[in-house]
Amino acid sequence: MRLSRISKTLGIAAVASLSLTACGGGGSDEAADGSAVITADSVEPQNPLVPTNTTETGGGVVIQQIFNGLVTYDSEGKTQNDLAESIESKDKQTWTIKIKPDMKFTNGEAITAQSFVDSWNYGAAAKNAQGAASFFEPIEGYETVSAEGSTEDKMSGLKAVDDTTFTVKLVAPQSDFEQRLGYTAFAPMPSSAFKDMKAFGENPVGYGPYKMAKEGAWQHNSAIDLVKNDDYKGPEEAKNGGITFKLYQNPDTAYQDLISNNLDVLQQVPTGALGNYKSDLGDRYSDKPYAGIQTLAVPEYQDNWKGEAGKLRRQALSMAIDRQEITKVIFNETRSPATDFTAPTIEGYDENLPNSENTKFNKDKAKELWDKAEKIQPYDKSQTLTIAFNADAGGHKKWVDAVANQIKNNLGIEVEGKSYSTFKELRSEAKAGKLTGATRSGWQADYPSMYNFMGPTFTKGAASNDSRYDNPKFEDTLNSGLEAKTTEDGVKKFQEADSMLLEDLPSIPLWYNQANTAWSENVSGVDTGWDGVPEYYKVEKTKS
Amino acid sequence: MAWYLVKRLLQLIPVFLGATLLVYFLVFMTPGDPLDALCGDKGCTPGVAAALTKQYHLDDPFFMQYFHYIGNLLTGDLGVNFSGREVSSVLADAFPATIRLAIIALIFEAIFGITFGLYAGLKKGGWFDSTVLVLSLVVIAVPIFVLGFVMQYFVGVKWGLAKPTVSGAADWSDLILPGIVLGLVSFAQVLRLTRTAVSENASADYVRTATAKGLTRGRVVRVHILRNSMIPVATFLGMDLGALMGGAIVTEGIFNVPGIGNQLYKALTLGDAPMVVSVVSVMVIIFCVANLVVDLLYAWLDPRIRYA
Amino acid sequence: MREANMENNDAADRDLDPEARAHEAAMREIADTADTPAGSHQKDLGGLSTGIMMEHFVADVGSTPVTATDSRSAEGAPVSLWRDAWRQLRKKPTFVIAALLIVLVIVVALFPQLFWTENPSAAATQCLLENSNGKASAGHPMGFTAQGCDVYSRVIAGTRASLMVGLFTTIGVVVIGGIIGALAGYFGGWIDGVLARLGDVFFALPLILGALVVMQLPFFKAHRGVWTLVVVLVLFGWPQIARIMRGAVVEVRNADYVVSARSLGVSSLGILMRHIIPNAMAPVIVIATISLGTFIVAESTLSYLGIGLPPGMMSWGNDISDAKDAFRSNPMPVFWPGLALSLTVLSFIMLGDALRDALDPKARKK
Repeated sequence: MRLSRISKTLGIAAVASLSLTACGGGGSDEAADGSAVITADSVEPQNPLVPTNTTETGGGVVIQQIFNGLVTYDSEGKTQNDLAESIESKDKQTWTIKIKPDMKFTNGEAITAQSFVDSWNYGAAAKNAQGAASFFEPIEGYETVSAEGSTEDKMSGLKAVDDTTFTVKLVAPQSDFEQRLGYTAFAPMPSSAFKDMKAFGENPVGYGPYKMAKEGAWQHNSAIDLVKNDDYKGPEEAKNGGITFKLYQNPDTAYQDLISNNLDVLQQVPTGALGNYKSDLGDRYSDKPYAGIQTLAVPEYQDNWKGEAGKLRRQALSMAIDRQEITKVIFNETRSPATDFTAPTIEGYDENLPNSENTKFNKDKAKELWDKAEKIQPYDKSQTLTIAFNADAGGHKKWVDAVANQIKNNLGIEVEGKSYSTFKELRSEAKAGKLTGATRSGWQADYPSMYNFMGPTFTKGAASNDSRYDNPKFEDTLNSGLEAKTTEDGVKKFQEADSMLLEDLPSIPLWYNQANTAWSENVSGVDTGWDGVPEYYKVEKTKS
Repeated sequence: MAWYLVKRLLQLIPVFLGATLLVYFLVFMTPGDPLDALCGDKGCTPGVAAALTKQYHLDDPFFMQYFHYIGNLLTGDLGVNFSGREVSSVLADAFPATIRLAIIALIFEAIFGITFGLYAGLKKGGWFDSTVLVLSLVVIAVPIFVLGFVMQYFVGVKWGLAKPTVSGAADWSDLILPGIVLGLVSFAQVLRLTRTAVSENASADYVRTATAKGLTRGRVVRVHILRNSMIPVATFLGMDLGALMGGAIVTEGIFNVPGIGNQLYKALTLGDAPMVVSVVSVMVIIFCVANLVVDLLYAWLDPRIRYA
Repeated sequence: MREANMENNDAADRDLDPEARAHEAAMREIADTADTPAGSHQKDLGGLSTGIMMEHFVADVGSTPVTATDSRSAEGAPVSLWRDAWRQLRKKPTFVIAALLIVLVIVVALFPQLFWTENPSAAATQCLLENSNGKASAGHPMGFTAQGCDVYSRVIAGTRASLMVGLFTTIGVVVIGGIIGALAGYFGGWIDGVLARLGDVFFALPLILGALVVMQLPFFKAHRGVWTLVVVLVLFGWPQIARIMRGAVVEVRNADYVVSARSLGVSSLGILMRHIIPNAMAPVIVIATISLGTFIVAESTLSYLGIGLPPGMMSWGNDISDAKDAFRSNPMPVFWPGLALSLTVLSFIMLGDALRDALDPKARKK
């Protein structure tokens, strides 16, 4: 029984397991116990575990295990069908989706086309106040149901044709729509959910490689127990008997548990342990780039950073930062220098895009550009350049200090860090356009597409457009990329848009995130997905 | 005495109201819009934002929000926090662990602080006195978030003497190491307070008289010196119980104690007023009761102090 | 139990037998009352310095009218409790060492440029990542921080902010907490109720919450720095001292010498200032000198949480918290500012001890 399960999974995840053996470390000789439960770290989810209301990582990582949707992403970020039999569209605007027959939620209820329609409608409707509502934006009828105070909850673009088929009509053609569908917000929920969402969120029922161990498996602030779902038939079948997510308040603490073998899989080595993790862990860690980037937004609405002079100055700032050195010394090579606005794991990524030289350290050129800007409009020295970061998340001060020192040394201007005690305080100022300097920003992809890195952050009026970047030409290019007939054509347009950003630098790319997953002596086969989250279903327990 | 008790207990009511009003106001005044915390990095759509605002009464004026909260409170409903959980069940989950932690810290600082302080005070200027002075300096000079991690690493990870983190149940045994870390700074204070009071009393005439009367050294130390030195120490310990619970934010974080400190800090960063107010109110009550106990202790330690 | 109670009665009077104590107190008060208009501190309490003089006073009480006592103490050139304390202090080696250390720290805080090898806050800093966590070398006796800054210069530059936070917060807390605690303990009743409960409310408030809000007030937002921090720490730190003071005052307010002073009609203020506060100061001094250190450290915790000093401002606490991550591989950047902090706290503790001994003439007797 155990053997057959493993071989089945191996067949599907063959590519993944190749890279897996390369980094899979200690204990791999020992026989794996397919029924043993592994432990992993997470944080207390902010909201009840409802797919359409979970946008933060604590809940997200759990939802990912218990709610699979039409497609899933493999470790490279390529989509593969899970519940979907086929997803097709001729014009990229009207999509016909067929789901596999006879699939069941873990409570026994059948998964039908209607389950999807109901779940998506629920997620989009403003009256339900779901955090992930904006993911349904491309669907026709979204505008009506999401309007302020709307009581509507049926999107006109969604139709269940029969038990296993439904159609989705989009507002405009969208070449990457299929790629989006692997995001957890698009996962189906059983009908019991809509009767009492609050109770459902405490004891969620879905379809995925795992399910909640029992009623009350979520012990708040302490642990969430998942067990393997034996009825799961998709590509992510679990090689272990379950996952216990230990909920940590502090990533450094999780690390201490890991090195004492009290924790099996650690999502990310914390910044506090970067100096020691290699000697602590031997070969029990992996470095893998994933779809996340750290940037420094420099809002154009501030006098010093306006217009042509502002642009030159931002380029100067960017060239005054030695990313290589910071990633080496401060991050111990757990980040890699960024040369664009997307991420290396994303299809279409190119490290040598036009204008990418703006992200290379060049002290003399930086000085030159700065002086050129001085001639256009003198720099107001009374406004000390500050780099804002929020202290409640931790770990930012170190690199902010390093960047500030480099700019100081290389451009000879005053720079200092500015800490905000809470994330919301920083967000509120950023949203209100009241930032008085640069601010840390970044993006973690929701789905593996270049568009997802640029659309929500640099288009006019977008919620995360902290720099207030407004460039119609850039937006046209992005949109033509979305509407392209093939993914390849789309990618080309997105690269073009990316390159425009590299010239204007509404924010300065710093480095790409890397997943530094680490694991205990008791497990093997740990690999990290495209989004930096470990692929828990592959982990095997070799010792207990 | 009974009347005094009743009076003190009655005082809890205005204290409670005052504290809730003040805290609610402070949370209301904290910078940033709670909506931004609720919506996270990627923001909410306007429709969702409006619905959330309505759900949590975020656009009501301050007094409306406050009265809404107090009104519900009187019916025994503490409301829900921003995670949609009943505040009362969050409190019921988190307070026991914190109380256990605080009690361990308190016992640790009381036993070691008083014992060490007593010896240091009896032999003032001796080698023991000097050693504990240096020891307490280390404890004072290193912030708890450094001390905690260092102790966790060496005691928990390297030497394996204790579990480096606390398991979900947060049993007494799990909490010993975090309790000691939490109690360290206060330990230094108790130690020095005791030392001072002891050395002051040790040279007093009544101690000489007692010794001259032929009482054993043990009895002299216990009854004549120690008991007379306890008023400032008891005051400090009583007050510290509250401080330990409120100040456990960092310690709880380091050792992953599922206690109230983390809840409070999270609620503060979110601007989750009902949650913060509920936590603080419970703390105020515990605090007042602890102080009442200390006040009653005064009368036992020094019979000339009477309450009417 | 009976015996213990008896001993306790003695405890309050400490050294003298009750009658002598009462007489002594009475003497002081007589002097006091006569003095009240002038409010001079110089003329009373003369009896405290030696037992012989006191004997003399006691003898006088029975027969001499009030005015005579007054003139008597004036011509005997007695000194105030505080002046007497100062005389004692000068002779103590621990006091001298502590005072010298404190003077040194203050000089460093005022004129850091005399000590540092480079100005760590200059526009172009010498912080180079290539020196990150570097070992001590010529010109850099304490090595480098994770950011590649010279530890020695930063310790020197951080003195000002740390000392100011520690010192001014302690002063603020002792003044406010001391006054409130003394009033609450002395008067009892509703004054105690109100003040003590107010303290309870403030003390139970999370420091972080208060800091978050105070930092947001327009004035403090524009001038974020040491003073903001001092205000926050005082605002939330006074109840501790108040409570300690109150406890000590409750302990001495029923002492016989206070009772007799009261029965002689001495004003409440006079009793508080002359008799109760000096006798209740010991625990306050102990806690205050230790708190000085904890306030400096609290700054680092608050800064760590983003509500303390701005990140650009140098302080020991900031540096200690920054160096935490590299502690296992490079403990020196934690050690040096920690040592500076310890020495500062140590000198204040020693000073406090000496001051306390000097204020308590009874402890000197042996």
